[in-house]
Amino acid sequence: MQRGTYDFPNLFYPFVLIVVLASLLAACGKDNQEQLVNHKRHAKPVALILDENGRPDPSVLAQAQQLHRDNGQEPQTLDPHLAEGLPSAHILRDLFEGLTSESPDGRIIPGAAIRWNISRDGKTYTFYLRRDAHWSNGDPVTSEDFVYSLRRSADPATASKYAAVLLPIENADEVLNGNLPPDQLGVSAMDEFTLQIRMKGPTPYFLALLNHPSTYPVHRASVEAHGSAFSRPGNLVSNGAYVLSDWIIRSRIELVKNPKYWDAQNVIIDKVVYYPFEDQSTALKRFRAGKLDWTAEVPNNQFKWLQQHYPDELVISPWLGSYFFGFNLEREPFIADPEIRLALVLALDRELLTTKVTQFGELPSFNLVPPGIRDYISPVPEWAEWTQAEREAEARRLYAEAGYSEAHPLKFEIRYTAGENNKKMALAAASLWKQVLGVQATLLNEENRVFLQNRDRKILTQVFQSGWISDYADPYSFLNLFRSGGGRNYYGYNNSLYDALLDEIAAERIPSRRRLLMYETERLLLTDVPFIPLYTYVTKRMVNPLLKGWQSNVMDHHYSKDMYFLKAAADEKPAAASATGDQGQEETLPPENDEAALTGQEAQRLKAADDAAAAGAGPEPGSTAPEDAETADPVEDTENGEPATDTDAGVPTEEKEGIAEPGTAAEAPPADGTSKDASTEDVADDDGTREGTLQ
Amino acid sequence: MIRDTGMARHVIRRLLSLLPTLFMLITVAFFLMRAAPGGPFDSEKLLPPEIEANLEAKYHMDESLLQQYFRYLSQIAVLDFGPSIQYKDWTVNELIGQAMPVSLTIGLSAMVLAFLFGTLFGITAALRQNTRTDYILMGVGMLGISIPNFVIAPILILLLAVYAGWLPAGGWDWSIASMVLPVVTLSLPVTAYIARLTRGSMIEVMHSNFIRSARAKGLPESVVIRRHALRPALAPVISFLGPATAGMISGSVIIERIFSIPGLGSYFVQGALNRDYSLVMGIVIFYGVLIIVLNFLVDLIYAWLNPRVRYDDKN
Repeated sequence: MQRGTYDFPNLFYPFVLIVVLASLLAACGKDNQEQLVNHKRHAKPVALILDENGRPDPSVLAQAQQLHRDNGQEPQTLDPHLAEGLPSAHILRDLFEGLTSESPDGRIIPGAAIRWNISRDGKTYTFYLRRDAHWSNGDPVTSEDFVYSLRRSADPATASKYAAVLLPIENADEVLNGNLPPDQLGVSAMDEFTLQIRMKGPTPYFLALLNHPSTYPVHRASVEAHGSAFSRPGNLVSNGAYVLSDWIIRSRIELVKNPKYWDAQNVIIDKVVYYPFEDQSTALKRFRAGKLDWTAEVPNNQFKWLQQHYPDELVISPWLGSYFFGFNLEREPFIADPEIRLALVLALDRELLTTKVTQFGELPSFNLVPPGIRDYISPVPEWAEWTQAEREAEARRLYAEAGYSEAHPLKFEIRYTAGENNKKMALAAASLWKQVLGVQATLLNEENRVFLQNRDRKILTQVFQSGWISDYADPYSFLNLFRSGGGRNYYGYNNSLYDALLDEIAAERIPSRRRLLMYETERLLLTDVPFIPLYTYVTKRMVNPLLKGWQSNVMDHHYSKDMYFLKAAADEKPAAASATGDQGQEETLPPENDEAALTGQEAQRLKAADDAAAAGAGPEPGSTAPEDAETADPVEDTENGEPATDTDAGVPTEEKEGIAEPGTAAEAPPADGTSKDASTEDVADDDGTREGTLQ
Repeated sequence: MIRDTGMARHVIRRLLSLLPTLFMLITVAFFLMRAAPGGPFDSEKLLPPEIEANLEAKYHMDESLLQQYFRYLSQIAVLDFGPSIQYKDWTVNELIGQAMPVSLTIGLSAMVLAFLFGTLFGITAALRQNTRTDYILMGVGMLGISIPNFVIAPILILLLAVYAGWLPAGGWDWSIASMVLPVVTLSLPVTAYIARLTRGSMIEVMHSNFIRSARAKGLPESVVIRRHALRPALAPVISFLGPATAGMISGSVIIERIFSIPGLGSYFVQGALNRDYSLVMGIVIFYGVLIIVLNFLVDLIYAWLNPRVRYDDKN
């Protein structure tokens, strides 16, 4: 060891300090100019001018047409046939095009097929493909491509988790079982551009299923050449409006416009970058810094603040999903009479739950199928028309009739899994039940996979969190959840009449009669009360006001090819912003609850709900069931111990004041740290058929 | 010379002892992972049995646990960690290969930053013990230790990225600008900890006999500090560096989430939550090797800094 080494404190430290500071400053300076432009406030767009084809006039379009979309999570795969999860589906919709496609408002429109015929019995579909459709390498898209792709999707060797989408096709189940080879699937090429698909029975929602990635075509030659690496940039050949140009895992996925796409002249956005921001606060900050045009979600507890400060950017719209609690009808105390279950349903004030607990414009729900499905209106139970006081009076009557009283209260457990909203809902429901009926409900928080297992086994559960978001806009997807012995029937609901009705729906191909059958089926379900309807999901995101061309739709499918950026209006004429044309930015925000106007009792209940909401990870409010010993199991502990990443800590004081009381740092969601992943991840797991573990 | 051969033998022995440790680690992690309730294919939606069977066959999960275990051992013998179950387009080797440079960059830069500033502040405070400088430095240090990352990070993002617009608010593109905030945030608590550690040991050393004799010999104070006090004073810091560096490279899940950094930490958590067996196992093994190697390096540096510690067998 040389002596010189000891000299380093004198020279080395100041030197390092200077270097570090200098590089800091250099880094700052570079970004500075670029970011100041769109920092904090987003510019208002100029008035939209459409040409005769309904496309925007070039004079109003911005110079740069690059879209930066937050995708929420890293997609699990870009192989359409292995895809599961929203993040994959969002990107795949840009990369590939199925036989059918969707308009910005969610209607089914021709995709790779320009038209189709359905046979009289509804069992044979004939698709006529576009002759001008090409793969990104220039090959034509032919019916053979679809035959190959659908067979690949159903092939057991592919091990597609979502192949169930193909089940309505003839022989699909036998192919999936491995009993028949994939070439026995009911799909055949009549000629180069004519494709025939034979079904097991009439499947009126089949055209909508063809938007699902499992039915997308893949390019045979490149799949065979590259194997499982065919979805990498450079290898991936796609037939959609975009091609994959870069993929840095968990950083960014870049798509560029596909010049070979048949409608390329109408694609305006020429580059799309998807980012996997797992933390919604981070995404929001990126958005506020002007680096994102579109977020996957917004942080739960900042609704009011965003509503105040970003009214033009915050977009909330109903989603094709229902959040509810389930009863386990195979276990006491809910085996026998629907009356006691109805009492629990009636005792919950949904208005209160959505405005004070979830707080995001969720729509209170009294039935199973969410609104927004074309040509279907759900039956509304009689009590939906009553006032909450009337419902509660009836609930008390039913409760007493079932033999429960203050001395002999109803006791049960509510199981739920990670996610801030799940916890808040369970807490709020328990305290409302306690208040209205005197029910003693115990809360049990379980790790996601444990929860799923328990719910599936139906041995431990009594009341549990549940929900459903459908892949396709058809009520059958929801009604089928309750089929006796069905794979997703966690409720132990067993009604042969109900099953018979479901079979009838599946066989019926006259739309009006089918609609009627579905109405009857849902009504039957509502009278048996195997679940507690709570609310309809909403999608919530921040969107750059300059980005147009998309519309809110219940499927939450948004194709980048429909979008475009308008020029920013000059600052001196902000009025221009009002004329934003066909923008579907309707905001279904809940009315503010004026607490002063409420009666004493209601105010008290509001407070209970606030407490429940504010409790978050903290101790239960006094009104909830005290025997929560089991809740404080290791699962809960780790969850609480997980430092929150989503706190309001980063929001300076003046902003905090803007945020609603129940949603502030007090309940800074520790659960949101990693357990949130579990739930969102699981949502992702299932793509369309993901369930209520959102948030 | 004797010392050198003893050292070499020690190094070899330590390296060999890596193997049984790793083997234990792999075995325990393998069976613990499988013992956790639920599996990679459990999800909200119950899969049709035929689809589940296809999936299990694809990942060899239809075999017995022991078969799977031996299959895994023979796989990792050739350093193949298998395909990730969660990220289907990638193998675990590729995922770790992509995340490791990011984690190493952040972890090591944060460590270097923390070491330089920590020792600088610690020594300054010690030499000005009980003065205002000392109180300020240690007060700030205490704040650094006690304020959690997930509080500091959003504040920094808000101030420097959202309001000032100087730095990106998250994301990773290998530019220095995108590294500044995560590295600084990650290094803050460690800087503070090292500063306190250095101050304590420096004060102790400055009161020891050999310093007194150095001063008695009439050496100028600066020479006393540089030549005699610094080396022993840094010894406890060095022994802290090993686990601290491993901890910083293995990544802070919080930092990774907040800044949206594609490092190893979130893979670990995501993998565990989704029961992505192969991903979790790959990262466990990587961390295991990392920690063992770092501890070993620290031992070596420690011996070099403190001649009283010897590894030759003769002593």
